[in-house]
This record gives sequence, structure tokens and C-alpha cells, in this order.
Amino acid sequence: MFDTFLLESVINGILLGGVLALLALGLNLIFGVIDVVWICYAELVMIGMYAIWWLHVYYGVPLPGAIVSAVMVVALMGVLLHRLVIEPVLGKPPINQLLVTGGVLFFLQAAATLAFGIEFRNLGLRMPVVEFGDMFFSFARLLAFGTALAGVLLLWLFLTRSYLGTAIRAISQDREIMPLMGVDPRRIYLITSAIGGGMAGVAASLLVLQYDVHPAIGLSFGPITFMICVMGGLGNMLGGFLAAFVFAQFISVGGYFFQIEWGYVIAFAFFIAMMFIRPKGLFSR
Amino acid sequence: MLKVTDLTKRFGGFTAVNRVSFSLEKGEILGLIGPNGSGKSTTFNMIAGMLRPTSGSIEFDGREIGGLPPIEICHRGIGRTFQIPRPFRNLTILENVVTAAFFGQSGHVSRSKAHAQAEEALALVGLPTDPRAEVASLGAAGLKKLELARAIATQPRLLLADESLGGLDETEMNQAADMLDHIRREKDITIIWVEHIMGVLMRVVDRAIVLDHGEKIFEGLPREVAKDPKVIEIYLGTEKISFDEAPAT
Repeated sequence: MFDTFLLESVINGILLGGVLALLALGLNLIFGVIDVVWICYAELVMIGMYAIWWLHVYYGVPLPGAIVSAVMVVALMGVLLHRLVIEPVLGKPPINQLLVTGGVLFFLQAAATLAFGIEFRNLGLRMPVVEFGDMFFSFARLLAFGTALAGVLLLWLFLTRSYLGTAIRAISQDREIMPLMGVDPRRIYLITSAIGGGMAGVAASLLVLQYDVHPAIGLSFGPITFMICVMGGLGNMLGGFLAAFVFAQFISVGGYFFQIEWGYVIAFAFFIAMMFIRPKGLFSR
Repeated sequence: MLKVTDLTKRFGGFTAVNRVSFSLEKGEILGLIGPNGSGKSTTFNMIAGMLRPTSGSIEFDGREIGGLPPIEICHRGIGRTFQIPRPFRNLTILENVVTAAFFGQSGHVSRSKAHAQAEEALALVGLPTDPRAEVASLGAAGLKKLELARAIATQPRLLLADESLGGLDETEMNQAADMLDHIRREKDITIIWVEHIMGVLMRVVDRAIVLDHGEKIFEGLPREVAKDPKVIEIYLGTEKISFDEAPAT
């Protein structure tokens, strides 16, 4: 017997996976290149969502303009984060790096609460629902999926085809030798931070179409993003990409068989089990 | 082209390099010899900018470069290789070299020019220019060649080659020595070559300097080195292997 609703869940899982993959990508890039975990990554996304809401709803900036501006704002925040917070603790014990970026997490949450209040804000958009056969898909999700894939592809092309991207891939291996080839590691780190921030900004623009923004929204997808990166093998971008889809299937199909909350429970239980079986990630060799 | 005067490096109370002076003419190959811990690599690191000299000066083309950061020194035209090759293993062979060509020169280099220079450097050392060739496919000799190609791709006028023959067999050593000689002629690069193994080195260098405990104990023509009593004492006393492995010249 063919189960249309199951197929719908699987496809919705794939769509969700695209957005999760995009979220994980920025965090993975930062870890893979700079060897630092931005614990506050989801809060950068939150700032991006607020920026879009604020520009669009408050100042009437057309949505595309608001999105482009927000991506640039978050990219700039990535640069500032690196320059002001990460640079002083580069080469220090990982716990220090976790603590400072964790501090930024609470700082951004508090700052957003002060600036925007605790209300749930949304763009007030009505996104159409796409019907295909007997299945229904949210247009926002399809858009998010398409954009996420395009973002992943663009980043991949940049990293593999451009010489700057090549240097970014190389620097995590040997920081010391780079200057002898004329590459300034500091500049590479700042560029990488801008790209990581920009990815958070793109993720923000996709999420703001589907979800309300509030100061604590980072907590609802920050941990998932982090777990996807760990499950794919921290810094392993392809691993993180695939892990996002695995995780999304647990949430979506698990939610279909039980309740939506159970989907998360199963996904997290799977994560914990994986940490025992393959602590270095699903795709570690 | 290069003038090193009273170059000194102290680490706390330990003097790794003590008032070493030498100079280098354009197109020369200078051999820098000495047992382990004699200060060869420290001298190299100071010229390449990885270590700041405690005192003394390093003049390159008439300008002081001592204490400049490595990027600046690379852009001024000094390349270096490492004793233990340090390729980027997650990049292809060509990517390793092309990155050096693209970033290692002062001023803007176009993509196509960097690519052409990388291919030229690879061809010069005899490595495949196939863009898919992986670093993992290289053996010890291949990795040394890659190290060399990467340095050459930055278009240096002075090349610092650090013990480029360690870990190779005799045939490979001779090939590598010929290659350095070939590079010098072909690309008009001046070379300082640090090496343990004297025999091969003596065949191609124009002049040799011997360091021991951070001090210069000999400078002269290659044929004179092996006859110098101080050099013989150090080498027979500490590193017999250096003579044993030397092929007859």
C-alpha cells in the first residue's frame, strides 16, 4: 500500500534538511578553517532575522533589499566577532574559546531583548502552499530548500575553484607555512568569518519567512545546528551536509509516526547513540 | 645580493647563532653545512622572517630585511623549503603550487599567469602538471620536489633550500643536486642550500660555509672544506654518516 503521507513527510524532511544543511555549513566552515566553534552562531542568525524584520516592517524597505542588507550586517558581525572576540583567544585552550563565544550568545540575546522586547515578531507574509498530488508543501520551505542548495553549491564552487578558496581550505592544515607562500592568515580568517557570518545571514532570511523571531529563537535551532556539525564530523563540510538530511528525516518521519515532538526526541537519542558509536562523526574514516 | 652581518639569535641564555656573517653574489649556490643544532635552520628562519634576529643585520638587495614578517620577505623575493616537506595534503599537487604562485608575489597576479607559473615550476622539478594529481601519490622524493616547486612558484630571486636531500637514496640525491643546479641556471635563482650530506652538495655549490655551535668555523671553496682540520674534527666526531654517504666525486 502506498502511503502518501509518509512520502510527504520524507519530502518535507528533505526540504528541512536543506535549511539545516545551510545552517550547519557556516558553523562548519568556521570550525574547519579557524578551529574555533562559534557557540553564538544561532544568535547571529537571530540578529539577521531581526534586521530583516526591522528594515522591512519598520522602515518599509522592500524585502529583497532588507535581505541583502541583513546578510551584509551579519557578515560584518562575523568579522567583528573574529576581530574582537576570537583573535585574542586564538591558540588558547578550546574551553576559553567556548566560554567567550558562549558569552557573546548571552550578550546578543540580552541585547535583542533590550532592543526589540520579548514579543514574537513576524513579517506578516502569507506564503502560498504548493499542492502536488495529494501532498502539500509550504512554498517558504521549497524556497528555503532551493536557496540553501544554491548557497551550498556557491560556497563549494568558491572553495574549490578560486585561489582564495583554495587558501581557505589549506590554512587549517598548516597555519605557519602560509605566510611563506605570501598568504596572510589573518586576512584569510577575516574573510572566512565574513563568509560564515554571511551564511548565517542567508539562513536568517530563509527562517524569517517561516518562523516568528524572538530573542531566544537561537536556542530552538542552535543546538540542532551544532549537533549536525558534530554528527557530520566537526569541520567536515560534506559530512555536515549529509548529516543535516539524516537529522531532518528523523525529525520529519519520526514526527509522522508519533508526534512532532517525538521526532526531535528520536533525533537527539540517535545523536547520543552516535556519539558512543562514532564519536568522530558519522562519516569518519 | 644578500649580506648577513654579525647575525645573532639567543633563546634565553642559549646562543643558537653567534655573530655569523657571510654574503652572497647573484647566481651563486652557497652550501651551508653543519651538524644538528649548529644553527643552520635558525639562520634560515631569521632570513625567511620566521624568527626575529637578536642582533645583526640581513640586507637583501641593499635593503635591511631582518625582523620583517615572512609575508613581506616572501613578496620581496625570498623563497624557502623545509627539511621535512610540509605540503597541504587536502589540496592537489597543482593547487599547492598555484596558491604559492598566486599569493607569493608582490602585486596582483592574474589567475592564468599563476596557473602558468605553477605548471612551469612543476615541470622544472619534474612533477606531473595534471590538475587531479594528489599529494598522497608522492613518495619522499616527490614531496621534496613539491616543496621545491612551491617555493619556485613564488618567483624568488633567492631560494633557501633546507636539507632538501634527507631521506633520499643516492641516485635520488644526485638527481636532486642536478635539479638545484638546473633551477639556478634556468630561472636565474640564487640559492643557499643547507645540507647534512656533504659529498653531493660539494659537487654543485660554488662556495661553502660550515657552522658549529652557532659559529662560522669555515668559509671557502668546496674542495677545501673536506681538508679543513676543524671541519674534519666536527664531522668525524659527531656525524660520521655525512662522509660515508658521500658518493665519489
